[in-house]
Amino acid sequence: MASPLVRTCGFCVVKLQRGGWFSKYVLISTNTFAFTIVRPTTVSPQSKPTPRKNDPKQRVGVVGLEIHAQIHSNTKLFSGARVQFSAPPNSLVSFFDASLPGTLPVINRRCVEAAVMTSLALNCSINKKSLFDRKHYFYADLPAGYQITQHRLPIAVNGSLSYSHLVGQKWSQAVVKTVRIKQIQLEQDSGKSLHDDTRKQTLIDLNRAGVALMEIVMEPDMSCGEEAAAAVRELQLILQALGTCQGNMAEGQLRVDANISVHQPGDPLGVRTEVKNINSARFLAKAIDFEIQRQIDVLVNGGVVHNETRTFDFKLGQTIPMRDKESLQDYRFIPEPNLPPLIVYDNESTPVNADPQQVINIDLIRVNLPELPSAKRTRLVDQYGILPEHSFVLVSEDGLTEYFVSVLQETKAEPKKVIGWVIKELLALLKQYNLTVSQSHISPSSLAELLNLLEMGVISSSAAKQVFLLMWKECDKSPQQIVKEQDLGLVQNEKILEEICQNVLDGHLEEVTAIKKGNKRVLNKLIGLVQKEMKGRADPIMVKTLLERNIS
Amino acid sequence: MFYKMARQRPGWSLIRNVTLSLLLRHNNPRQGIGRQMDGLRNLRVGRQLNRAACTTHSCSKVPPTPTWEPVGETPLSLAYSVSPDLMDRMERLALVDFRNHEGVARLQCAITFADQLHIVDTEGVEPMDSVLEDMQLYLRPDTAIEGDCAEVLLRLPTKTVEEFYVAPPGNIPLPQREERCGLKKKTSEELDYSVLQD
Repeated sequence: MASPLVRTCGFCVVKLQRGGWFSKYVLISTNTFAFTIVRPTTVSPQSKPTPRKNDPKQRVGVVGLEIHAQIHSNTKLFSGARVQFSAPPNSLVSFFDASLPGTLPVINRRCVEAAVMTSLALNCSINKKSLFDRKHYFYADLPAGYQITQHRLPIAVNGSLSYSHLVGQKWSQAVVKTVRIKQIQLEQDSGKSLHDDTRKQTLIDLNRAGVALMEIVMEPDMSCGEEAAAAVRELQLILQALGTCQGNMAEGQLRVDANISVHQPGDPLGVRTEVKNINSARFLAKAIDFEIQRQIDVLVNGGVVHNETRTFDFKLGQTIPMRDKESLQDYRFIPEPNLPPLIVYDNESTPVNADPQQVINIDLIRVNLPELPSAKRTRLVDQYGILPEHSFVLVSEDGLTEYFVSVLQETKAEPKKVIGWVIKELLALLKQYNLTVSQSHISPSSLAELLNLLEMGVISSSAAKQVFLLMWKECDKSPQQIVKEQDLGLVQNEKILEEICQNVLDGHLEEVTAIKKGNKRVLNKLIGLVQKEMKGRADPIMVKTLLERNIS
Repeated sequence: MFYKMARQRPGWSLIRNVTLSLLLRHNNPRQGIGRQMDGLRNLRVGRQLNRAACTTHSCSKVPPTPTWEPVGETPLSLAYSVSPDLMDRMERLALVDFRNHEGVARLQCAITFADQLHIVDTEGVEPMDSVLEDMQLYLRPDTAIEGDCAEVLLRLPTKTVEEFYVAPPGNIPLPQREERCGLKKKTSEELDYSVLQD
C-alpha cells in the first residue's frame, strides 16, 4: 500500500481507541469530562464465543454519519477574517485564528442564524441556552491546541431527516426512510496541512482555521452505502435551499465521516470503525459498502474488528487504517471560559427594548424559511401534474425547475410533454457534455418555440428531435430558421406521400400479405420505412391512413 | 444627627459608641447612608434616620464575619492516590513534565484541596460552569474587518516556506516511559530545536 506523496489531513487523531494500558480492546468513552476506566474483567462486545461465525443469520451493517457542513458566511465563526475557498496562504488569518495571546472569540451572528435555520429545517428542538466547550488535542493545524465546540449542550437536538431510497430500478420501488439526528452543534474548523514527505515537513495554511462548521450527528439508523448516499444528497439539497451551506463535497464544504459496524439483527451493536477522507457521495456509498463487507469477512474468518480510524483510498476503492501512533485520545473537555452561554429567543421570550441586532428570534426565522426540497417536490406534482420521479429529478438538478417553469410560461404544450423534453432530451445533452443548466446551449425560450412548432403540427416529433440537436450545435439560430434550412417541415402533400407509400408497398409484398392476414404490427415497420424515405418529415397519421387504404 | 443617635442608645457599650461616632462623623447623609451602615447591620437603626436621604439601598452579599470552617485533612488526604500509570497518561495528554517528587506531591495537595468540595451538599442545585452566565453574548455582524496580515504573522516563526508555516510531519509520538527517563537528562533546549533541523 503506497501512501500518497501529498495528502490533505483532516481530523486524523480523533477517537482512536485501540487499547489502553489496562487491557486490550477496551471501549473507553471519550465523550465525558472524566474518563471511565473499564477493568480487564469486563466483557467487551467483540469477545463473544466463536461458534457465532457459523450462524446462518445474516450480519447487517449499521451506519451512522457525522457531517461537518461549512456555514456559508462572509467571516469566520469567532473572528472577523474573511472566508474564501482558494486564497493566498495565510492571507485570511486574523490574530485570533493564529491564536496569538491576548485575543478573544467574538461570535458571528450569521453563523448562529444559519445553525438555527438548519435545525428548524431538520425538525430539531432548539436549546434556548447552549454552551461552548473546549476540545483539546495537539496537532499542527490547530494552533490554539483546542477547538471551541458545543459538547455538553449543543444548539439543537433530536431532529429527523427524511429521504427517498431507490430500492430497485423503478421509481415505484422507492422507499421513504427517516434518519434521526442526534444533535447539531457549532464548532470551529482547523487549518489545512500539506504533507511534504520528501523533506519530512508539513506546511500549514491557517486560512480555514476558525471557519464556522455545523456538525450534524446522526443516529446509526442506516444499513448500507446507498441509504447513506441518499441521506447525504437530501441533506445537501436542504442546505443549498436554505443557503446555509453550499454543499460542495469536492471543495470540502460538506465533509462526511461514517461510523460503521456490523451485527446480527437483535444483537447489541458491534465494534465500530470510523472512515474519513470521503470526497463525494458516490465514494461514500463505495467506502461504506467496502467497510461493511470487510468487517463481515473478518468476523466470518474468526477475527476481531478493531475500533480504529480508517481512510478511504478512492483509487483502490478500499479503506486503509490511518497510521497514527496516538493510542488513546482524551479530549479533556472544559467549558469555554471566554464565552457566555448563547441564548436564542422566540416571540414570547424576547426581552422588551432589546437591540434587534443582538436578539435571535426562532419564530421569525421559522416564518422566513425558504421552500424546502420536499415541499417543492409536492408543489410541482400538484401544480403541474407531473410524476413524482420527474419532480425528484427537477429538484435534484440545480436550476432545472426554473428552466422548466420558464419553458411552460412561453409554450402552449402540456406540462407532461414539456417535462419529457426537459428530462429526456435536454438533461441527456447536458450530462453528455458535462454542463450545468445555466450553461445550456438552448435557452428556455428557444425550446418553447420548438415545442410550439410541434404543437401546431408544423413538424413531426422525430423531426423535432433532429431540430433540437441542431439547435444545440448552432446556438444562435432559431428553430424556425433550422426547420426552413433543413426542410424538415411536415410534408402533407398527399400525392408525394401516395407515391412513396406505393413504392414501399411494392417493395415489401411479404409484409403486405402479413398485414392482410391480420398482423398489424408489421404496419409500423412499413411506416418506419416511409419515414426513412421522407427523412422523418411525413405526417405519421396521413402515412398510416394511406398505407391502410392501399393495402386493403 | 448621628451624635444624637449615639446618645439615645444607653444600652451600648462605650467601645461601640466610640466606633460608631468615629465611623459616621464625616458622612454626608445624602451619600447612600444605607451602604455605609451595612457593616454595622447588627446595630438597630433608629427611626430618626432620614430614609428619604438614602440614594442607594444595596445589600452586600458578603457576610460581615467569616462563616466557613476549615475541613480537617485526615478523612480526605488518602482518598485518592495517584498511580504512576495515571501520571504517565496525564503527562502524555497535557505534555507537561512533572514526574518528580515535588510534582507528585504538588499534585496530591491539589487533589486533596479539591476534594473538600465533596463535603458541600449540592442536592438540587444547578452547577455553575461559567462566571459569565449572566452576561449577554455579543453577536458580531458578518462583515470582514480582520485578516490580510500574512506578512506580520509570518514574521513570527523562525522558519517559513513560501508563506506557509512549517511543522514536523504528523505528531511526534511521546517516547515510552523508560525512554523518557533517559531523555530527561538532556537539556530542554536540545529537545526543542532538534525537530526543526532538516
